[in-house]
Amino acid sequence: MRNKLIRYSPWLVHFNTGACNGCDIEVLAAITPLFDPERMGVKLAPNPRHGDILIVTGAVTKKAGERLKRLYDQMPSPKAVVAVGACAISGGVFAGSYPLVSGADKVIPVDVYVPGCPPRPEAIIDGILKATKKLEGGGEGD
Amino acid sequence: MAKYVEVPVGPQHPALHEPIMLRVKLDGEVVEGVDIVTGYNHRGVEKLGEKNSWVRDIYIFSRICGICNAVHAQTYTQGVEKLMGVEPPPRAKYIRTIVMELERIHSHMLINAVMAEAIGFDTLFMLIMRDRERVMHLKEIITGQRVHADIHIIGGVKRDLKPETAEKVLRVLDYIEARLKHYKKVFEEDYTIRKRLEDVGKISKQEALKHSLVGPVLRASGVPSDVRVDDPYSAYDELKPNIVVRHEGDSLARMLLRWDEALESVRLIRAAIKNMPKGNPVPKAIKRAAGKGEVFSRVEAPRGELIYHIVSTGGPKPYRIKVRTPSFNNIVNSGFAYIGERLADVPVILTSFDPCISCTERVLVVDEKKGLRKWVPFMALSRGEIRVA
Repeated sequence: MRNKLIRYSPWLVHFNTGACNGCDIEVLAAITPLFDPERMGVKLAPNPRHGDILIVTGAVTKKAGERLKRLYDQMPSPKAVVAVGACAISGGVFAGSYPLVSGADKVIPVDVYVPGCPPRPEAIIDGILKATKKLEGGGEGD
Repeated sequence: MAKYVEVPVGPQHPALHEPIMLRVKLDGEVVEGVDIVTGYNHRGVEKLGEKNSWVRDIYIFSRICGICNAVHAQTYTQGVEKLMGVEPPPRAKYIRTIVMELERIHSHMLINAVMAEAIGFDTLFMLIMRDRERVMHLKEIITGQRVHADIHIIGGVKRDLKPETAEKVLRVLDYIEARLKHYKKVFEEDYTIRKRLEDVGKISKQEALKHSLVGPVLRASGVPSDVRVDDPYSAYDELKPNIVVRHEGDSLARMLLRWDEALESVRLIRAAIKNMPKGNPVPKAIKRAAGKGEVFSRVEAPRGELIYHIVSTGGPKPYRIKVRTPSFNNIVNSGFAYIGERLADVPVILTSFDPCISCTERVLVVDEKKGLRKWVPFMALSRGEIRVA
């Protein structure tokens, strides 16, 4: 029942773990009127405790990695994670640099990967909708 | 008993889109001091630049910042071109200028939209972002990408500007200009905006110079300083941009100045398309090695003066590249501007500085026992002179 409700209005938590801002401004552009995902109930949550889908952008740095783990733990189940951009997937151009742990999946479980540098807003919205499918299918049972 | 209450703002905070933390010391509701904590976004770009070749570094350095990527690429390539003795064709310089000015327009629109959101004016945020998509579209039809332009290559640009594209750019610019004028009027006349921004975070001319602030923050405090005029690069020596200066020095002045600069950018793009020289801007071959030497290269980014210092010992890779970004000066040195203001104004003041955290990251060594903090250069760290416990 709860999962069904969330399907109609998944709230987003956006965390920049060390991005160049390219993906961040595209995530921001994806929630604005031209693309208008609010018609599907998608909007930014004011607090991680209200969020359903975590959007991770940027190569995960060691310092931000700890915060990312904490943020993920604060979100209530069921939850889904979307990694946006080449950096959040594998480190992108920064792969192999000393302050990085590279991809977001090294720190938290990732459900949907959206490739691109940066991905287009349409692709980000598609990733969010794919993540809602996971929410529909049930939580993680914890 | 401690006199102050310490409130952490960030690193994940609805009003901040990037990971920075402000430790705000409060006496009642009045700010007594601010500690600016960065480091969440440190990616070791300068070290990465030393490992990769001259050509690959264009893409690494343009990914320091997604918002001002073309100016990063411009500063890097113009420095490397000087080092290699390559002169880009005049048409390439004009195309680079058009891309950089489009970037300035969308950057200034973005920060004004974020400011509207920070003061709770969500409708205005949405409206500005909707019109900003038009600018992104222009960037896409010129360079092929919405955000990362990646149009700079050593000795020219990656693709030519077609006449049909130029026509379309001029057409859309008419619309954008009208909207920019409208938003400027909204910021000038709206009661709510004036109440939140006027006389908040005031910086005098002396303070701005003393703390070496740069860009729109400096110009809003009455100092006419613009690298495009002081040290012209690319096509700016022919286009002759005007410096916009305001004297109030408060948050409102900084936001209004950005609207004026965006309008000036519209004029510059029109002039650049009109006076564009003929020729082929795409080089046939790319030079891949540089001789010994060092260059100093500077460019006016949307946020202020961007400086690269490039050292070469010859060969296919740079020896050292030092980047000094405008946000580093504007954010880390700006702690004084918060003192005496109210807690609710802290996000407003931070937004009015146009923070770009991905540009700001440096290595910070904290000695917990002595309570000592200092900034250290990468070279000292990589030589092992400083041990981080």
